Amino acid sequence: MTSGTILNSKLFRIFFICAFFLTAGLFPKVTFAAENGPDTSKTKFDAKAMILEHISDSHSWPVAFPFVKEKFLPLPVILYTEKGLEVFSSDKIQEEGSVYAGKLHSYKLEANHVKVVDASGKVDEEASKKVWDISITRNVISLFLSIVILLIVFFKVSSSYRTREGKAPKGLQSFLEPLILFVRDDIAIPNMGHKYGRFMPLLLTIFFFILINNLMGMIPFFPGGYNLTGNIAVTATLSAVILLVVNLNGNKHYWKHIFVPNPWWLFFIMIPVEVVGIISKPVALTIRLFANITAGHILILSLISLIFILNTIWVSPVSVVFVVFMDAIELLVAFLQAYLFTLLSALFIGMAIEEHH
Amino acid sequence: MELVTPSIGLVFWTTLCFGILLFLLGKFAWKPILASISEREKSIESALSLAEAAKEEMARLTNENEQLLKQARAERDQILKEAKQIKDNIINEAKESAQTEGSKIIERARIEIDNQKAIAMADVKNQVATLSLEIAEKVLRKQFEDQQKQDALIADLLKDVKLK
Repeated sequence: MTSGTILNSKLFRIFFICAFFLTAGLFPKVTFAAENGPDTSKTKFDAKAMILEHISDSHSWPVAFPFVKEKFLPLPVILYTEKGLEVFSSDKIQEEGSVYAGKLHSYKLEANHVKVVDASGKVDEEASKKVWDISITRNVISLFLSIVILLIVFFKVSSSYRTREGKAPKGLQSFLEPLILFVRDDIAIPNMGHKYGRFMPLLLTIFFFILINNLMGMIPFFPGGYNLTGNIAVTATLSAVILLVVNLNGNKHYWKHIFVPNPWWLFFIMIPVEVVGIISKPVALTIRLFANITAGHILILSLISLIFILNTIWVSPVSVVFVVFMDAIELLVAFLQAYLFTLLSALFIGMAIEEHH
Repeated sequence: MELVTPSIGLVFWTTLCFGILLFLLGKFAWKPILASISEREKSIESALSLAEAAKEEMARLTNENEQLLKQARAERDQILKEAKQIKDNIINEAKESAQTEGSKIIERARIEIDNQKAIAMADVKNQVATLSLEIAEKVLRKQFEDQQKQDALIADLLKDVKLK
């Protein structure tokens, strides 16, 4: 094989991969756009609704295949009511306006929320408030998926540490070891000192959990394309974990700093400020991750929407170039936000367990 | 507002799943991974320090060798020097003894020669005396072969005697 053919085959492969990802990236949006505006000459394409639908949670998973009308994977709806659990498939209420008569109530999907419907077919807001929706939504499925991926990957890596004991890392292990060492040497140790060992599992789990979900969110088609780390419920939960860990591990210096200001007579200002500080740190974590990831998704989807807003194929090269550029930036952001969340968590924990001499 | 309102379902599932993930990874992944990483780091550290120690040992040995070599060289030089001195001494002594021995021999030879010379001289003297006597005898015999001469001599002698 001459060098020319190698180059050609390499170029071809790169081109093919780019083309695959680019076109695949377009499919869900194209089909969705087509569904949203089946007759573009009559109805106007609603970019805002499309983007919001894509970045928020839903009770079904839109799956797109080339040249096939968009399909929705039905997902289980699980409702916890005061009378008991109610479980049914989401395709019962998927159709616009369809009402499902369950064992305990009748339900209807309204703006992506499951609402209780009374006998007359009207939404009963009072009853709806008492129902706790713990459905397996699209984001919950993606949560499961990312956890399965993480477990498989790290069990495999862990076993290769066992089988290749004392040897140089290899394969997946050598790809992930620098990241693990990065979390340990550049995040945990500088911020937490010699007591970092206890918090390493938490930091590593948070780092890789955020990273895998950021990256999966960038894959534009099934099983990626979700927006888990750009969902405020997820980021808030992660931050709540940090809030708990920080305050449960806070030593007497940490609490003294909060409740005994120096000089003491400033307590009427300092105590409220410090207490707000306890809350504001995890809130900042929540907002930062949520806003960064969501903003990235919104930007990419907006650039794609440009094609449908202007309703011409000729704008697509511009969109594609910008989307590729944004994807590159999002890749950076995926790592950066995982790093930042972990770093700040380590910093907050470190501040709470710091010994003063 | 929809975007920033956390849904209770997702909070519930995230808490549950994250808890399980944290437990499983912590127990079965992070613990062994971190343990073997730190173990490997320790073994690398100890290997490095061992290498350092070996290097130091090596340097020490080289130094020692050098020292030994230097010492050996100095010793060799010393030995050579001593040997040379001994050789010189031996040669000198030999020369001296040869000289004295030679002079002794010469002295003895001289004495011998003197002795021999004296003996020879004495011999020669004896011979000369004998020869002289013989010659004198022969001369006398010749002289006195003739009776007249004998008579003349006697007469001569007697004359002397008369005078007295």
